[in-house]
Amino acid sequence: MNNGALVRLIDVHKVYRTGEMEVPAVRGLSLEIARGEFVALMGASGSGKSTLMNIAGCLDRLTSGRYILDQADVSGLDRDQLADIRNRKIGFVFQNFNLLPRTSARENVELPLLYGTHRLTNAQLRERADRVLASVGLGGREDHHPSQLSGGQQQRVAIARALINDPEVVLADEPTGNLDSRTSVEIMGIFQQLNDRGTTIVMVTHEADIAAYACRNVVMRDGLIQSDRTVSRRLDAGDESRKLATLDQNLQI
Amino acid sequence: MRVGATFKIAFRALRRNKMRSVLTALGIIIGVAAVIAMVGIGNGAKAQVEAQITSLGQNMILIFSGSTTTSGIRTGWGGAGTLKIEDAEAIRREVPGITAVSEEVVSTTQVAAGNQNWFTRIFGESADYFDLRQWPLADGAPFTAQDVRSANKVCVIGRTTASQIYGNDNAVGQILRIKNVPFIISGVLTPKGLSPQGVDQDDVVVMPYTSAMKRVVGGTTLRNINVQVGDARQIEASQQQIIALLRQRHNIRPGRDDDFTVRNQQEIAEAATATSRVMTLLLGAIAGVSLIVGGIGIMNIMLVSVTERTREIGVRLAVGAHGRDILTQFLIEAVSLSSVGGVLGIILGVGASQFLSWKFGWATLISIGSIAVAFLFSAAVGVFFGFYPAREAARLDPIEALRYE
Repeated sequence: MNNGALVRLIDVHKVYRTGEMEVPAVRGLSLEIARGEFVALMGASGSGKSTLMNIAGCLDRLTSGRYILDQADVSGLDRDQLADIRNRKIGFVFQNFNLLPRTSARENVELPLLYGTHRLTNAQLRERADRVLASVGLGGREDHHPSQLSGGQQQRVAIARALINDPEVVLADEPTGNLDSRTSVEIMGIFQQLNDRGTTIVMVTHEADIAAYACRNVVMRDGLIQSDRTVSRRLDAGDESRKLATLDQNLQI
Repeated sequence: MRVGATFKIAFRALRRNKMRSVLTALGIIIGVAAVIAMVGIGNGAKAQVEAQITSLGQNMILIFSGSTTTSGIRTGWGGAGTLKIEDAEAIRREVPGITAVSEEVVSTTQVAAGNQNWFTRIFGESADYFDLRQWPLADGAPFTAQDVRSANKVCVIGRTTASQIYGNDNAVGQILRIKNVPFIISGVLTPKGLSPQGVDQDDVVVMPYTSAMKRVVGGTTLRNINVQVGDARQIEASQQQIIALLRQRHNIRPGRDDDFTVRNQQEIAEAATATSRVMTLLLGAIAGVSLIVGGIGIMNIMLVSVTERTREIGVRLAVGAHGRDILTQFLIEAVSLSSVGGVLGIILGVGASQFLSWKFGWATLISIGSIAVAFLFSAAVGVFFGFYPAREAARLDPIEALRYE
């Protein structure tokens, strides 16, 4: 197991019990993701990709198999230990952003720090949150509430929240699902920049053109991996947004 | 660290829902204010009654003549005329520890001076009376033991009587005609106000009991004897000695009822304060109910809040909150609401009772004890009614919570 992979899932099974019925969602899947990868996880609904994301995100426990995250086996940890792993090693980005309403962008971003073990003063919290917000292009909007921000901006706040604790891996569940195509490209641009700086990203999506911004596409079907390939013609978010801008100009003419 | 952060989190959550926080706290504010004000009013009434009882004098034993039945008509206490002047002298002589004795006869009659007249009460007393009732004179001098022995025609009048007859003029040295007998007024008493029964104690003429028996009331028996004991711990013993002495003097055989009644001041005080004590309890209980209703309000809001904020709880759990952090957060929210409500309620309650005293002249008494109890109780309401919703929140599954619509 000492092969340097950041995420190692070994023969993972997950079975949901609904009354008498046993519904297998993941059936003996193995997957390794190295540090610094940008993986898109694809598949039809019911293919088990969300279950896999929940397990990878330490939100759910596997029925059998092993999960080794950052060289440590986290399969047998209890609720609180998993919470600490989530706090220190994982950053979540959700489809519906999941920001706290009536709470400033800054306070939303500070949230994971409040549950951490470090002792930070209010000023330190603020300084760190503002720095991360600036890095996702939201400098100057620290005091805005979610309702005062566009969808793309809200998702940036969510990304800033995911990044505040310098996580080992960012897990994004359909991050562009609620966004228009232009904003989706912006978000992919942020992900690509982060990935270029070494952040490991795993992203669930069912859109092939979004998956094309990742380096590796893993397709799931019936709880197993159907295909796992490197993206040959990777899209660059910078190029794509320039193309969109040109398109707009032509339309206006 | 965790605790400090949780406080921060809880206060942020409360601030986010200002209106709801204020309304929830309002339930507790009203409950605590009601408890403080109601108990204040009840205690004030009790203290007032106690003060009136104390105004009777201290460490007093009152001996009343028995009642008698003549042709089926019962006379009431003092009617039997069983207490003689000699009885009072015997008590003075034989019962140890006694500091003052006053023989008492009472009558009501018309008194007159110049062209004014007034219907008032006549008290025949010994010279000890003014010490015994701790009733100093505002003007002039009391009558003396010599006046009592000689049945002199002197008297002391109360403030009400003085103002009814002499208005603003000085009454001391004037002549007051009582049943056409001229009495010299030697002094005017300080005002004492209403008795516990609501009688104006200042509407009175006090004179030597000897003079009263001879010239106003007639008869040879006393209505009652007032005795003062030097040491409060001696009251019970002195009371027993007085009963034994009087039974012996009245030749009452063992097994027969006394032809007199002895009451000490404590018994009178207890009877008088019983009503106000019950009232305090009742008012406090009603106010307590409103406090509990306020607590249920907190529980209701916290439960709604947990449901409404399920997604928020999911996010918190996802970014690393422990179940315990969520539990503490919601408990702190509930306890903050209830204790802030408690503090404001105390301020409001104290204010309300001050207002009642000022506006209606009701006596109110607010003790530090009742404030402390109200505050602790309101905080406890927060813990009690906040715990269940908080535990519900802490038990949520992060995935379920995040998916909640």
